[in-house]
Amino acid sequence: MSGRVFLLGDDIDTDQLAPGQYMRGGIEAIAAHCLEATRPDFATTVQPGDIVVAGRNFGAGSSREQAAEALRHLQVAGVVALSFAGIFYRNAVNLGLPVLIAPVLKGVGDGDRATLDAEAGVLCLTGKNTDIALEPMPENLRDIIDSGGLVPHLKKRFAASRKGQMA
Amino acid sequence: MQQTLAQKIIARASGRDHVTPGEVVTAQVDLAMIHDSGGPRRVAPILADLGVGLWDKDKVFLVSDHFVPGDTEEGASILALTRDWARETGVRFLDGQGICHVVLPESGQLQPGMFAVGGDSHSPTGGAMGAFMFGIGATEMAGVLATGEIWVKVPETIRIEWTGRLGEGLMAKDIMLALCGRLGMDGGKYQAVEYSGDAIRALSMQERMTLANMAAELGGQTGLIAPDQVTAAFLRDVGGDVPDLSDLHTDEGARVLEHHTFVATSLAPQVAAPHSPANAMPADEAEKTAVDVAYVGACTGAKYEDLAAAARVLKGRTLAAGVELLVAPSSKRDQDRAAKDGIMAVFESAGAKVLPNACGICAGYGTHRLGADVTCISSTARNFKGRMGETSSQIWLGSPLTVAAAAVAGHIVDPREMLS
Repeated sequence: MSGRVFLLGDDIDTDQLAPGQYMRGGIEAIAAHCLEATRPDFATTVQPGDIVVAGRNFGAGSSREQAAEALRHLQVAGVVALSFAGIFYRNAVNLGLPVLIAPVLKGVGDGDRATLDAEAGVLCLTGKNTDIALEPMPENLRDIIDSGGLVPHLKKRFAASRKGQMA
Repeated sequence: MQQTLAQKIIARASGRDHVTPGEVVTAQVDLAMIHDSGGPRRVAPILADLGVGLWDKDKVFLVSDHFVPGDTEEGASILALTRDWARETGVRFLDGQGICHVVLPESGQLQPGMFAVGGDSHSPTGGAMGAFMFGIGATEMAGVLATGEIWVKVPETIRIEWTGRLGEGLMAKDIMLALCGRLGMDGGKYQAVEYSGDAIRALSMQERMTLANMAAELGGQTGLIAPDQVTAAFLRDVGGDVPDLSDLHTDEGARVLEHHTFVATSLAPQVAAPHSPANAMPADEAEKTAVDVAYVGACTGAKYEDLAAAARVLKGRTLAAGVELLVAPSSKRDQDRAAKDGIMAVFESAGAKVLPNACGICAGYGTHRLGADVTCISSTARNFKGRMGETSSQIWLGSPLTVAAAAVAGHIVDPREMLS
């Protein structure tokens, strides 16, 4: 599935992704205001399969996982950035949101059509016939994402150990 | 083989003799701290969904600090849920005693050398004790509470050395704002930041907590300070055990990713302009900036020594016309001590308003959230757009001394002018 690239700058923080004043409204409300201070058109026009591409230190700030959850709720295919803030990166993995590091983002433009292949580590700009190589994710983290996040991952693990105990 | 302090703690927690930066290991958690916002209300449903209980209730530390004092219907119900869960599970619970990052060290439970997680991004604060402590989200915390384990990519160490001595009127907060300005908010690269040098060793435990706390704003996973006699004295003072500290340091010659050296002696008081802690500059360069609200609060900026510093400026002075000074002491213990020492009386006679021992407006909660176009100077860690209220509000950051000085002058000023 191809999507549209929303190209953002450096230091996109968790207050932009999940604004504090909507934190009490649940994920619907948070997602409806996701990135409102930076890209007022984002939450209103984003479509499932769209891709967020950003500069350095994406997800800086608080540990609120609604920042990653809002993007998952809006069904973005994933986030590609030059670097991620550590807690956001962990949260994204644990919520099953693909997060990939791009060593360089040369040639990516806002509004480009693209597909994200998280497994192969490629952002393919379909309109421009250009592939952007991404750093592969460590396998144990990809397992968590493939399970759909940490909770489904742990469910599998506990189910397996219960089965083991019964056997 | 020479190892960094971070490597030593992670190796021990993951049952290994040695770990190498970059490898992903599974570590056993010594202590997990959660609060009312990201804690029971978020983790209990996940644990129920998983069909498991706590891996070890004695290693879980619960604090109510976000929705305190519970003056809204929603806040009161979240606090009620938090209290019920504490009773059901039997975890250690500090209710309404102050902000988790401050009350945890003050409880004596956080030991040097521990591998600890907190359900809050300011959790590197625990690194001031020489513990490897970092922040995680609620889902990941539920995983820890269920299993006692967490994956961790062994970090490199970024060594930040401050030589010399901080001058009169300078605080740990000035060091951190200067570092955010110099290295940027991703300067820590989600690695272990370790502070060292004569100027750091000379700092008290509470000032060290400010350094470790703001490792988060530097983008570090944790902010470590090797434990020493100051750490041991603090632990004894709060009634905690003092473990063997002899190996809890980065070995001479251990490989570090970066080593930055700064001179404390020549540092001037810093402020950070809206909307990033990295917008740091000397306070006197922002001198024309008028302020409406001055806030001494949060885990970063309202511990006993922060309150004492602000009071030094405020003593015998009054607030500038039209300026509101809000003080939310980080913990009840610190507020009681400040009251005993006459510090709270100084705030009162200066005309400050004292708020509950809670995260308050630093986390965007409470009735004192900043209104439209309000300019605030704050002793907190973050000045992101809209963090403390309306998106049009402007937040400047400074040390408690600088915040108090601005409250008196009505505009940003070098606080040293008021200390002579």
